[in-house]
Amino acid sequence: MEPSDHTTAIRLENVSVAYRVPHERIGTLKEYVIRWAQRRVKYEKFLALHNISLTINRGEIVGLIGHNGAGKSTLLKLVSRVLTPTSGRVWVCGKVAPLLELGAGFHPELTGRENIYLNGAILGYTRKEMDQKAERIIDFAELGEFIDAPIRTYSSGMWARLGFAVATDSKPDILILDEVMSVGDEAFQRKSEARMRSYFEMGATILLVSHNMDLIEKLCTRAVWLDHGVIKSAGSPQETIRGYLGVQLA
Amino acid sequence: MVTNDTIYDSASKISPAIDELREVFKYRELIYQLTRRDILTRYKRSVLGIAWTMLNPLGMMLVLTFAFSKIFRFETAGSYSTFVLSGLIVWNFFSQTTTACMNSLVWGGGLFQRIYIPRATFAISSMFTGVVNWMFSLVPLLAIFLVIEKRLPWTIITFPLVLALLFAFSLGVGLLLSAMGIYFPDVVEMYQIILAAWMYLTPIIYPETIVPEQLLWVFKLNPMYYYVKLFRFAVTDGILPPSADLLPAVAFSLVVLVVGWVIFSYKSKEFAYRA
Repeated sequence: MEPSDHTTAIRLENVSVAYRVPHERIGTLKEYVIRWAQRRVKYEKFLALHNISLTINRGEIVGLIGHNGAGKSTLLKLVSRVLTPTSGRVWVCGKVAPLLELGAGFHPELTGRENIYLNGAILGYTRKEMDQKAERIIDFAELGEFIDAPIRTYSSGMWARLGFAVATDSKPDILILDEVMSVGDEAFQRKSEARMRSYFEMGATILLVSHNMDLIEKLCTRAVWLDHGVIKSAGSPQETIRGYLGVQLA
Repeated sequence: MVTNDTIYDSASKISPAIDELREVFKYRELIYQLTRRDILTRYKRSVLGIAWTMLNPLGMMLVLTFAFSKIFRFETAGSYSTFVLSGLIVWNFFSQTTTACMNSLVWGGGLFQRIYIPRATFAISSMFTGVVNWMFSLVPLLAIFLVIEKRLPWTIITFPLVLALLFAFSLGVGLLLSAMGIYFPDVVEMYQIILAAWMYLTPIIYPETIVPEQLLWVFKLNPMYYYVKLFRFAVTDGILPPSADLLPAVAFSLVVLVVGWVIFSYKSKEFAYRA
């Protein structure tokens, strides 16, 4: 594998993402064939990211800031492999834990325990790994005997706690956070923060998006300011935030 | 530890088809979990669900037997009811699994935009769900079979082979349909019309012997023609499949599966771009 200096965790090289927005929405094959025969299929390109290059080293905590629609989420999706870039190259080394959708894929009719295995499989864990994790997860989520009840009977707090417990059970190499999660009640929030912090200290690479500038300044080792799909500036959180806020105030 | 399998490179030179194969193997637990989820949740909700999968081909058999052996009088070697039932069993497998495959990708696609999963796991697991559902319906159907025929030929041992060929072909078709269905949801409806026409063009409710000789070559271009025939060889006729029927079936299965897999894995990168 190429960028094999052992310090790089994530590297983006001239990455662009272009969504093709049809002029008029063509929803069916029938319509498409008719339009195509009339040579009326036209697309408009919408560049969500334009020629981005960024290298993130292992152990860095990088905050992404910018307006809504600046491309922050698209960038997270690239790193978590949901999107492939239209051009350029994305290179990621290590197990990625996308904490974007806690409990994505939970099925309401299945029990908490069954959902742990289902969600674990969605995150790419094998059966053996899940057997080892299951008890710890149940413990952490504090669900008690509810664990064998269908999760449609759960409160939204319990649901989120279970999702968080599955996704963060073992230390990932790279953590991806969209906005800072506040899961469950205050006690559980403290517990989940403590877990996050221990992962920071154990050297996980973190990529996070937030509109909370105090948090970015407090937590991050670097900030990247995205604006309309390009990197406007990157560097120390303090300076980057000042630049970003300066533009907003002006 | 960082090993090679935790490195993701979007510019990797490995062909998407091979890459998808590897990823699916890595996510094999997910295939099991998704299949389990679909079966459990389906049968938790309704006991009638199982009954219905059996009643449908049975009802069809009764109606068709009445219409075609009492009114039109098709000449079949054995009893007409088992002839038509065996054809319907094969056809139902194909139509159910391919439809399920497409539906799971077209309607279950929300997850793909939130988290990375090798897309083919969804297609494969819906095939397995289809197989399990079909198996449920198979047991009572074979019982009825026994009541009418009073015997099962020993050639039933070739059944796993027929099933494997049919599975490969259906998965290939399912993958192709999914790749289209993601772009154009109306493919799902269109496919139902195609299925109906396709069924009447396959010797399922009528014997092959009534097809005019000069038209027979057209029928032999239809892959389903072979699977239906192989299944009947195994279950009703009691003969081992001659190579003239076995080889085309194997060829169709392999070619369609490989083509479906390759096209699907090339297209699957774009799925997340679709709303």
